This record gives sequence, structure tokens and C-alpha cells, in this order.
Amino acid sequence: MIEALWPYIFIAVAGWLATDIWRWLGVLAGNRIDENSEMMHWVRAVATALVAAVIAKLIVYPTGELATSPLWLRIGAVAAGAAAFFLFRRNQLVGIIVAIGTLAAGLFALGA
Amino acid sequence: MDAEAISEGQTKRYWFVQGMRGIWSIPAIMLMLSFVGFAAFTAEGGIPVEQVMFMTGVVWALPAKVILVGSMLSGANLATTFIAVTLSSVRMMPMVAALVPEIRNSKTPTWLMLLLSHFVAITAWVFAMERAHRVPRTGRLAFFAGFGITLTSANILLVGIAYFMVTQFPPLVGACLFFLTPIYFLTSIWVSARHQVIYWSLGIGLVLGVVFHEVAPEFDILFAGLVGGTLAWAGERHWRLKRAAGVVR
Repeated sequence: MIEALWPYIFIAVAGWLATDIWRWLGVLAGNRIDENSEMMHWVRAVATALVAAVIAKLIVYPTGELATSPLWLRIGAVAAGAAAFFLFRRNQLVGIIVAIGTLAAGLFALGA
Repeated sequence: MDAEAISEGQTKRYWFVQGMRGIWSIPAIMLMLSFVGFAAFTAEGGIPVEQVMFMTGVVWALPAKVILVGSMLSGANLATTFIAVTLSSVRMMPMVAALVPEIRNSKTPTWLMLLLSHFVAITAWVFAMERAHRVPRTGRLAFFAGFGITLTSANILLVGIAYFMVTQFPPLVGACLFFLTPIYFLTSIWVSARHQVIYWSLGIGLVLGVVFHEVAPEFDILFAGLVGGTLAWAGERHWRLKRAAGVVR
């Protein structure tokens, strides 16, 4: 019984509780938090750097089908997407399409 | 559309449905494609589909789930996984704190805010921060709830279906779906940034994520976040104070 339930308990504690406590604290902080305090700047910076590290790992050390693609192609696709993103006034959709398109074209050319 | 003029007779249900229709917006579609990629990631890792659907509903935030699954696959224990996931979710607190004054009104009970805060993740946050101010205040919470609940439910179903389809995708499609998640996050953070420090920490965090993966792979995200975030904050603060001093002079 516990054997079958354990993955769900694991997900509930290490996933659900681990994320929702911050959402609840966010609600309670609500209006009281000073958006412009130095502490808030630091919290924002750490939060963003954490997500950035996740992004970097997904690009540089990918899993699944992407793992077989060369690193230079993935970095090149990000660079092409970034260039298009800024060229088109920070248009998110254009950035994504160019990045994915570059990757797809590169993989196709390499015979994937 | 003159929202102010027609809002008087509109019910909360109207704004809930308007929120639901956000499922067809660009950010929602990008997120759903990223979830197809996530389904592929979990299917390859061998996580049972019921657990994948369960975590999609209860965790919701995609970066937190990627870390959760990564930890589960590497056999990390409960405490280690909790720390990694919770540290990646600290950003929820300032995100929710910033959103609360945008969508609540004086009559909104706190328990309802606590309940609805669960639907906050990058996409719902960007969507609500961009559009909620165009909705009359009495309809904003319903608007956010309509979008958040629909998006979460749709993605629970989506991962359940995609899980069985992704293994049949040609490798090229699978690779593109895997690649969509980081690209989508990268552009989302950039377009939703309201403070200079976000750009600094994004750049430093990207570099340190790789550096710490090489030197301390088991704590890479944690270290990159704390060290990178602190460096970015200190650097941006130094630049900010210097600029302020320059303006005074």
C-alpha cells in the first residue's frame, strides 16, 4: 500500500508543498511587501538566476532526442532566436520560431 | 472594446469565460507545446503517466516539475528534492505578491486568494499582469481564475494524452519540443521583466548554471541561483547607485 502511494507522497511533499508554500507566502505578503526594497531586489535576482540555471542546463545538457544534437547547433539556434527577438522589437513568437526553425533546419541538414 | 461601459451589467461568469478564452492566446499555446515536450521527457524517463498528470495538477510550475522529475530520476531523497524544488520556486512569492494587488478587490477573502494562488506560474502570471488591468476590478479575480483553472486542467489532460504519442514522434519533432521549453522560458522572462536586475541575473544565472554543473553537479541549480543572484543584485545595485550619484552631480 505504502509502496504504491509513496511516489504520490513524494510528489505531494517535494513538489506540491515545496512550491505552494511560496505562493501562500506571496498572498500573505500581498500589499505589505515593499516592491522597491533592496531585499526584494535580491529575492528577485536569486529567483531569476535559479530559473536561468534550469534553462542553461536544458540547453547545454539536454535529455531525450535533443541529447544527440551537437552543442554548437543548440547554442547557434539560441543566438539566432535572440537576434530575431531583438530585431523584431522583442517579439516573443518571432524569437521562438527562429530558434526552433534554426534547430530543425540544422538537424535536418545533419540527417536527423 | 469599452470595458468600463459594458461592465456594469456583466456577471463574474462573463469574465470567467473571458479568462477561459485565454487558452487560445500565444503564451498558452507555447506553454501547451512545452508540456508536450515535458510529457516526452517523463515518458523517456519512465515516470508512470498517472504520476505525471498528478504532478502537473499539484505542482503546476514547469521549471519546478523539471527539477522534481530530474531529482526523481537521479534517485535523490525526499529532503534533497524538496530543497531543490523549493529553491526554484522562491520566485513564486514575489510573483504572487505583485499579482495580488492587481486582481483582488476589497471584498476578496484571503482563503480564496490562497486557493487561486496555486494557478500562478510563469505563463498565468505574464498573462494576468498584461491583461487584468483592462478588466473592471470586480471581474479581475474571475478573469484570472477562468484562465488559470482552464490552463491547468487542459495541461493535465494534455500530458495524459501526449505521454502515449510522443514516443511515436519522429526524432526531429521530439528534439524541437524539448528545445521549446528553455527557449520559451528565456523569452518569457525577458518580456515580463520589469526591473533591470532581472536581465543581470538571467545572464549570470545562465553562465553559472553551466559552471556549477561542471564543478558541483548535485547542487548546481541551488549554487547558481544563490551565487548568481547575489552577484547580479550586487552588480546592478552598484551600477544603480553610481548612476543615481551621476544624475545628482
